[in-house]
Amino acid sequence: MIKLIQIELYKIFRKPRTYIGFGAIAFIVIVVNLGFLFEGEQLLGFLIESLKDKFLLSGNLINAYTMAFVILNSLWIHLPILISITAGDMISGEANNGTFRLLLTRPISRSKLLAAKFISAWVYTVLLLLFMISFSLILGYLIFGVGDLIVIKSTISILSADDTLWRFGYATIYGILSMTTVTSLSFLLSSLSENSIGPIVGTFAIIVGLTIVSTLGYALIGPAIPYLFTTYLPSWDLFFTMELNTAKLTHAIYVNLAYTIAFITFTFYYFKNKDILS
Amino acid sequence: MPRKNDDKRYYLKQTKTYINLKKEVFLEFDHVSKQYNDFLAVDDLSFKVYEGDIFGFLGPNGAGKSTSIRMTLSLIKPTSGKITLLGKNIVNEREETLAQVGALIEKPDFYPYLTAQKNLEILGKISQVQKLSVKIDEVLDLVGLTSRRNSKVKTFSQGMKQRLGIAQTLLHDPKLIILDEPANGLDPQGQVDMRELIVRINKERGITVIISSHILNEVEQICNRMVIINKGKSMVEGNVSELLTGSRMKVSYVTDDNKRTLDLLTNSEFKNNINGIEKEKLTLLIEHESIPKLNDFLSNEGVKVYSIEPIRSLEEYFITMTK
Repeated sequence: MIKLIQIELYKIFRKPRTYIGFGAIAFIVIVVNLGFLFEGEQLLGFLIESLKDKFLLSGNLINAYTMAFVILNSLWIHLPILISITAGDMISGEANNGTFRLLLTRPISRSKLLAAKFISAWVYTVLLLLFMISFSLILGYLIFGVGDLIVIKSTISILSADDTLWRFGYATIYGILSMTTVTSLSFLLSSLSENSIGPIVGTFAIIVGLTIVSTLGYALIGPAIPYLFTTYLPSWDLFFTMELNTAKLTHAIYVNLAYTIAFITFTFYYFKNKDILS
Repeated sequence: MPRKNDDKRYYLKQTKTYINLKKEVFLEFDHVSKQYNDFLAVDDLSFKVYEGDIFGFLGPNGAGKSTSIRMTLSLIKPTSGKITLLGKNIVNEREETLAQVGALIEKPDFYPYLTAQKNLEILGKISQVQKLSVKIDEVLDLVGLTSRRNSKVKTFSQGMKQRLGIAQTLLHDPKLIILDEPANGLDPQGQVDMRELIVRINKERGITVIISSHILNEVEQICNRMVIINKGKSMVEGNVSELLTGSRMKVSYVTDDNKRTLDLLTNSEFKNNINGIEKEKLTLLIEHESIPKLNDFLSNEGVKVYSIEPIRSLEEYFITMTK
């Protein structure tokens, strides 16, 4: 099994398209950091305008933590696309290239091959997420240093610099879980498709579609919203409040796990019985 | 490397070939069918491939050849019937049976961004080949690709990909290789080379070969047994030479006066054998054993025969069987 995973990882990292994700993240992180470097005072001033009357704000408010927090906010938008470029290609790419015939006529079980492919796609997802968070923190630190983090949501949380790094650690772990759900969705779509475009577009369409419906169609699907995995894609930010909402976090974790298990189970069942016609 | 002798196969050192004294059934299709919704792709198909055969698998487009081959390799599950390879059920004992088979299905597709060597390494590791680097050297040498081992496959010609396709089938020392249209996209010299390679693999390594091909001349030249299928059904199965010689064949004659020869034949016992005149050649449909008698007749009538050419080949036979 380890050998199979090594082979799949080797194939992933020999493909130029694999590096699109890392390149795109590096680009976003650099642009956001430069944006704050040159326009930071105006950007932050706009955000904290209403607070100035009641709070005395001083110190380094634009810092590595602010940068990483801002960049994490885009997690649910661009990371699923970048993940699906690789995860969505894991099965359909082999079908499209005709290499499935080569692999599946070897003395190896379909389930093992599929497991190796999923684990490899997951490793890619984890690396992508770790790269995004670590690069945001490191570049932010080099440019701005560290400082307190102000989080403005329905409540205002001012998190001291010493009380912030662990939150990024847990947010990363949660991010891995929610992006694993996205990976498994993309993997499922990949097993249903014979080309890579379908799973990429499909993953994005499902995530954006469900998010829009959740936002606009509350009257229509209101009771289902707490059970949609898309509802919890941005839930990493629950770690950035003074008091952790453990009930909501637990629910988010269960929903993500349930979807991940369901997507993977269906993929294995479908693929094990699939006629390979490509 | 030649395989070790067993109780049924004998290796002849002088000729470096194997002979089979007692043939064993290697692959058996037993009333196999495959239904796709309302389309019956393979219909109650039965045939046998024996150890040491170069077996031709023939049929027009859409006859069910590819489906049958994919079922043999467990890429597609049969709707009914049983496929056994070396006595094992391909569906129930998939991995054990696939360990004995090498296959090149349709196009030889590889990872284009990897070298030939890396492609073979990946496939060899998946097949758990022992001493993989030695084996890769051996198969690349056999197909004449040693000098291109470090080139990316995307730079390969179709012929080179086809040869690499053959190389990957041999990596794990299979007992049976299945080649689906192995001469596809090859130039005439490439087709000759491919034929020679297949015969060498069969004779020198004692590997049973199944070839699905549209190039019937190829099958006629290298296969000892064949099955012809049409609309998913077996039309005929047997020894190639026996099947071809056992029925009437088409022969063209060029004589000093074709018109006079035609008149003579029209008034002779051979009148029912006349097929017509095609491109200034007189053609007849005649049993193989009747040809000397016809030659004697023409000679006695003073007809000078410049050439006799058998036209009836596998193509004719194939068309007759699949009409």
